[in-house]
Amino acid sequence: MATTRNPVTKMAARDVNVFYGDKQAIRNVSIDMGMDEVTAFIGPSGCGKSTFLRTLNRMNDTVASARVDGTITLDGQDIYASDMDVVQLRARVGMVFQKPNPFPKSIYENVAYGPRIHGLANSKADMDVIVEQSLRRAGLWEEVKDRLQDSGTALSGGQQQRLCIGRAIAVQPEVILMDEPCSALDPIATAKIEELIHALRGRYAIVIVTHNMQQAARVSQRTAFFHLGTLVEYGVTSDIFTNPREERTKDYITGRYG
Amino acid sequence: MTDHTLKAFDEDIGELRALIAEMGGRAEAAIDDALTALSRRDNVLAQKVVGGDKAIDELEAVLEKKVVQIIALRAPMADDLREIIAALKIVGVVERIGDYAKNIAKRVPLISHRTSHEPLSLLPAMGGIAREMVKDALDAFAARDAEKALRVMERDRAVDDFYNSIFRTMVTFMMENPKTISESAHILFIAKNLERVGDHATNVSEMVYYAVTGKHPPERERGVDVFLSEGN
Repeated sequence: MATTRNPVTKMAARDVNVFYGDKQAIRNVSIDMGMDEVTAFIGPSGCGKSTFLRTLNRMNDTVASARVDGTITLDGQDIYASDMDVVQLRARVGMVFQKPNPFPKSIYENVAYGPRIHGLANSKADMDVIVEQSLRRAGLWEEVKDRLQDSGTALSGGQQQRLCIGRAIAVQPEVILMDEPCSALDPIATAKIEELIHALRGRYAIVIVTHNMQQAARVSQRTAFFHLGTLVEYGVTSDIFTNPREERTKDYITGRYG
Repeated sequence: MTDHTLKAFDEDIGELRALIAEMGGRAEAAIDDALTALSRRDNVLAQKVVGGDKAIDELEAVLEKKVVQIIALRAPMADDLREIIAALKIVGVVERIGDYAKNIAKRVPLISHRTSHEPLSLLPAMGGIAREMVKDALDAFAARDAEKALRVMERDRAVDDFYNSIFRTMVTFMMENPKTISESAHILFIAKNLERVGDHATNVSEMVYYAVTGKHPPERERGVDVFLSEGN
């Protein structure tokens, strides 16, 4: 089986606990996420999968009551270390959200914004190259190349989401986190995003949270099942969906839950 | 196992199991009737077996359609997926078992009333084991019972031993009585058909074992192949 090779670990979590005030949302999660792979997090609502995803680029820092302990590393480097530049971290670990959220600016500016603040382009010509390449990788270029000055918010939902992916790609991230990127999209727009995830896999470590188990099965090489804040089972996706080891995983994926 | 949140899925699986039980029951009855027809030289009963195979074939088509429908509409996973794939394979095998019963029945008119050599009296016992194996393999499927499936596999040896014994006897008999070769060949084919029924019941058991446990059954000792021991 092609997926059984051991990937190079890109991000690793060890004994991670997340608290919101007194409430513990994540309990002792340890997991390795590989380069050139798509890792899917599945589990019922409130299981902690999105919370955990957000620890991977310190999005929880913005929640006052949130506290994270344990270790999370990116290429072996502790991302919660005091000398970690969070802005730089979020460029390396990009994020795509559930609802497409383009800036109320032109398509071009949506993509150019990140590279500009990170100083990735020295000239207009450089920026043009970055914008085109990012939109091509996001599978959107052919649809928007003649109207780059139109507003990003004028695009369809699926196009907006691909624009957001293009925007994430533009700052040359190493990891892309996706939090239910297709839940607001129709099946065709969803299929395009899934195809895009598949095409991007060789360049980035991708971690996707999804409620749609079929989507996890379609796009990921490894799947992690979360339940009540714990990581119940993590393994090769085809094993998880054909022969899970844990009873709770089986009950969830076969639709026998609760 | 607990029920699915979506009750219609459980109903689908229940319907699938009931159809397989019905198809299996028909195949078992066909083997029984074919052997009864053989021992009584009852051409009418034999003809009934031949005609009855159509119903088994039709059930196969209904079941295939049901399986495709479940996969399309319910997107089964894990144990459910393994069970439904096993069901699809099992119906193909049960259909073949029905064909063997039909093939045995077709040979009944070709064996004369006067024939009474010993192997003929062994066939009902051999067929009895093969048919029990089919029944138990399908019961194991319905009950999701991996242990029962393992015990079916173990019995294949007995059917093979019967076949080897009949093979040797018939070869000797044909050498001594060349005039009976045609009829003896039919008896030998009947024995071979029953041996294949045993093999197929074993295959069904292997599928059941995999569907239930997610693992392939452990390797087991196999009987000596008659052809190898004959030096062919």
